[in-house]
Amino acid sequence: MLSALKITLERYFQPVFQPVSFDLEAGGLLLVTGANGCGKTTLIRVLTGVLHPSSGRLSNRARGMAYVGHYLAIKDDLSVIENLRFARDFIGTSERRVGEVIHEVGLDRVAEQLARTLSAGQRKRCALARLLLSKNELWLLDEPYSNLDQEGVALVDTMLTRHLEGGGACVLATHGAHRPAWRGTHDYELLSGAAA
Amino acid sequence: MNPEYAGGSLSGAFAALVRRDLLLAFRRRTELLFPVIFLLVVISLFPLGIGPSPQLLARIAPGVIWIAALLATVISLDALFRSDFEDGTLEQFVISGHPLTLIALAKIATHWLVAGLPIVLLSPLLALWMNLPTESLSVMVVTLALGTPILSLIGSIGVGLTISLKRGGQLLSLLVFPLYVPILIIATAAVMAASDGLPYTQFLGLLIAGLITSVTLAPFAAAAALKISLS
Repeated sequence: MLSALKITLERYFQPVFQPVSFDLEAGGLLLVTGANGCGKTTLIRVLTGVLHPSSGRLSNRARGMAYVGHYLAIKDDLSVIENLRFARDFIGTSERRVGEVIHEVGLDRVAEQLARTLSAGQRKRCALARLLLSKNELWLLDEPYSNLDQEGVALVDTMLTRHLEGGGACVLATHGAHRPAWRGTHDYELLSGAAA
Repeated sequence: MNPEYAGGSLSGAFAALVRRDLLLAFRRRTELLFPVIFLLVVISLFPLGIGPSPQLLARIAPGVIWIAALLATVISLDALFRSDFEDGTLEQFVISGHPLTLIALAKIATHWLVAGLPIVLLSPLLALWMNLPTESLSVMVVTLALGTPILSLIGSIGVGLTISLKRGGQLLSLLVFPLYVPILIIATAAVMAASDGLPYTQFLGLLIAGLITSVTLAPFAAAAALKISLS
């Protein structure tokens, strides 16, 4: 579904990470781990297509791609419902109702509140709710566990398992405090370009 | 393609984006009002600074109103993509697969509705303040109605280029003012010609040509600039 062959990215003539190669199939979870600053976020942004690799080949055959990064793309001046309603209308296809999704991520109580009043964990849940709104084969998650409580971490794992069982694939970058339990997990330790 | 995975319609995304931006503008009303108040203050300062001679004011009215409109537009321009850039929404737009050109066009259209249209609607009042002859008042309104969308469109390219800079606002004004000069010259020439009882339709024709050119080209340039800023 997603394969990379020796992709690199240079910033100011320095490689950010060492060449990355992998081949991700349906039902596969690529767990990208590594120290702070080794380029996990940059790699995920390359995989989204926002950044172009300096060398190597990236081929993405996934039908639909969803990305949750450090910047959650939530508007402070809109409520949780309004934020998700916009996401749904913008993507166009929606298989789930906004209310259902809000219930699933446990934001019922704050659904009508402006996003600026939410805690960091609640904002994360709101961003994760977007993943459930429409069907995307490939999920790219950058530190999805950060700011979440235990229940939230379990929620991400449940969402992830259901997605992968349904034939989806996922690239998940984490610094390694928690790892999802999934039999098709491939570990990938990313090395900083400076370590070469 | 499996319909289950098929992306939504473009018009739906366009409408959703315009609706969301209008709602956001309404929620941030002070930001919305600031350029308009700025425009009113700048124009009311002129009679105080130059002296309230009706003939003099009528003579400088087209230039003063247009320059104030330029300044008010530039003030509001930076907000065009800023918040979407900073909170990661712009990345989501790129990933969504919808063409960035259309997204830029939707954002520019909303910017004009929020920042340009109030100037057009206020301009008869401004013209009265400046003692502009009534025969050229309608020409003033028409030049602003045709010209302010061009300002938003050309400005969007500059915003796209400077958005990734921390204090891009100052650079933005340096970048777009030179591009605004032709619009300013043509628009004020039209109003002055009308006050002097001379034919002015050729100037309006030039403004229409400018509007069509910028509507067709500026969204592409803005989208390309945004892509550069994102990487």
